[in-house]
Amino acid sequence: MADPTHTPSAPSPGATPTPPPAYTAREMMAIAAGRLIKDGDVLFAGTGVAMLAATVAKRIHAPRAHIFFETGGIGPQLEELPMAVADSRVMAYSNLNAGLVEAFSYVANRRLHTIAFLGAAQIDRYGNLNSTVIGDYRHPKVRFSGSGGACDAGSLASGFLVFMHHGRRKFVEKLDYLTTPGWLTGGESRRHAGYRRGGPLAVVSDLGVMKFDEATKEMYLAEYYPGVTTGEVTENTGFTMDVTRAAEATPPDAEELRILRDEVDPQRLILG
Amino acid sequence: MGEPNGLDSKLMTVGEAVERFVRDGQQIAVGGFTINRNPMALVYEIARRRIRDLHLVAHSNGQALDVLVGAGCVSRIEVAYGGNGRFAPTCIRFRKAVERGEVLVEDYTNNQMSLRFLAGALSVPFIPSKSGLGTDVLRQEGFPPKIRDGVKVARKKVHVMADPFGHPDDDVALLPALTPDVSLIHAQQVSTDGTVRIKGLTFADLEQCKAASVVVVTCEEIVPESYLRIDPDQNALPPFLVDAVVPVPYGAHPTACRSFYDYDPKHLNLYKAMAKDDEQWATYLDEWVYGIGSWDAYLDKVGGAQLAHIRANTVAGYAPGLDRR
Repeated sequence: MADPTHTPSAPSPGATPTPPPAYTAREMMAIAAGRLIKDGDVLFAGTGVAMLAATVAKRIHAPRAHIFFETGGIGPQLEELPMAVADSRVMAYSNLNAGLVEAFSYVANRRLHTIAFLGAAQIDRYGNLNSTVIGDYRHPKVRFSGSGGACDAGSLASGFLVFMHHGRRKFVEKLDYLTTPGWLTGGESRRHAGYRRGGPLAVVSDLGVMKFDEATKEMYLAEYYPGVTTGEVTENTGFTMDVTRAAEATPPDAEELRILRDEVDPQRLILG
Repeated sequence: MGEPNGLDSKLMTVGEAVERFVRDGQQIAVGGFTINRNPMALVYEIARRRIRDLHLVAHSNGQALDVLVGAGCVSRIEVAYGGNGRFAPTCIRFRKAVERGEVLVEDYTNNQMSLRFLAGALSVPFIPSKSGLGTDVLRQEGFPPKIRDGVKVARKKVHVMADPFGHPDDDVALLPALTPDVSLIHAQQVSTDGTVRIKGLTFADLEQCKAASVVVVTCEEIVPESYLRIDPDQNALPPFLVDAVVPVPYGAHPTACRSFYDYDPKHLNLYKAMAKDDEQWATYLDEWVYGIGSWDAYLDKVGGAQLAHIRANTVAGYAPGLDRR
């Protein structure tokens, strides 16, 4: 474990004539996720920040990526930001409009490199997600929306990214309910459960970007955002997480922020 | 059940359709998805008639599910998602009802629910899936054994077995087919012979209609049969599957109906505010559901200016620039 008091290197005095642009954690999350997308990937977009990140990836980092929605909207232009995956904006100027059965044939398609964008209420060290309940399943303390297509994307896609607010009640030792399969119990367990591919690639939080160890499949801190300490990440994580491999993330540049603010979400529907 | 020719015997009002086809205790499938193309005029009518003990089956229903649950019409739900996009990440009355133990919930996923409708449509008893292996979606049953009669509730939620054609370690999940008593959907157009056209995404509406014993379709407009025959590639359901056709302009409000209108952010925000509080919710039901004498009265209450704001642009199919905050 790294020294929890470690802080990112302070800017060298007098080195920056223009101050870097100010930005919010949500903006950093959308851009950090966008950078993880490869040009040509096929993107399964969820709601909220996940939707924003898919749109950002397509507009900035991976113009040849294709976006589609579990509802059946395949390759829409997204001139306006959708507020739900069933928004009529996912049906406008698309490659084609279909339904759920067809949409999942793209999620699961063995020829496609499909990356899903998901959110959740809880995540564990192996990237398994809970979006169903807090408390006992039959008598829950808190009820959430449920899987929707998240469990399907976690099961069938080539990989998925997770968007989470960092906190001990969200990054937990044990999920109250396992909705979406990540690396299950680590190691080879996902393959043994019957999955041929997929699994969580990265977790993008408001503090940094987490990835998974190749052998153990345990989550580790890969990047912390400028101004964030690894100690903060440790304090806000409910399980032990390796932060020794972490480096400071590159902040969003002016062009990324311009596109995000002026073109992707001018009404700040998701940016807030 | 539907007749091959002629719309006359199928054309009816919302009241007549619900009176004739929806009963206490039935299993009903509600079409649309979160904030799009929910059959709201039918939902309000079911709530007004205080129909009880419904068994709702849906993938990601939002507004319809929340109003039906909030009005006390539902006792069992098989569902993948109860949310309304940014307006309600978890449907508000649904959440309260589950936390208070007022409804029983069986969770599936979107892919699983669509496949279950597809299985019902194909008259096969179950369908395999690779979704959810090793998760609580397959492990945990929400419905108690005593209601698992093997008729309208499957004897078990799911059956996991080794792929009979694959490696013995390669599991597959078998999901029970769904055959709802009634499917309720809202479409853009129905022709004078009863053919249905849906613009935009069909979600799992087609599978759920093909799986159901009765199909009730509300629509924005009735168009000539000759018109829907020009480009039949665009048609969704044949006349012989449709039992009731109800023309209801804005019949999906406050959810969207592509090419006709957007969702209504003003109403969804009002709903969100009032659904949070039990007393306010009772007021909402009185004002917007029980106290409304006709669909005209409902639209008058929404207001002409608001209906104009959400009117879809002819080209885009939604309302560009609509204030959606």
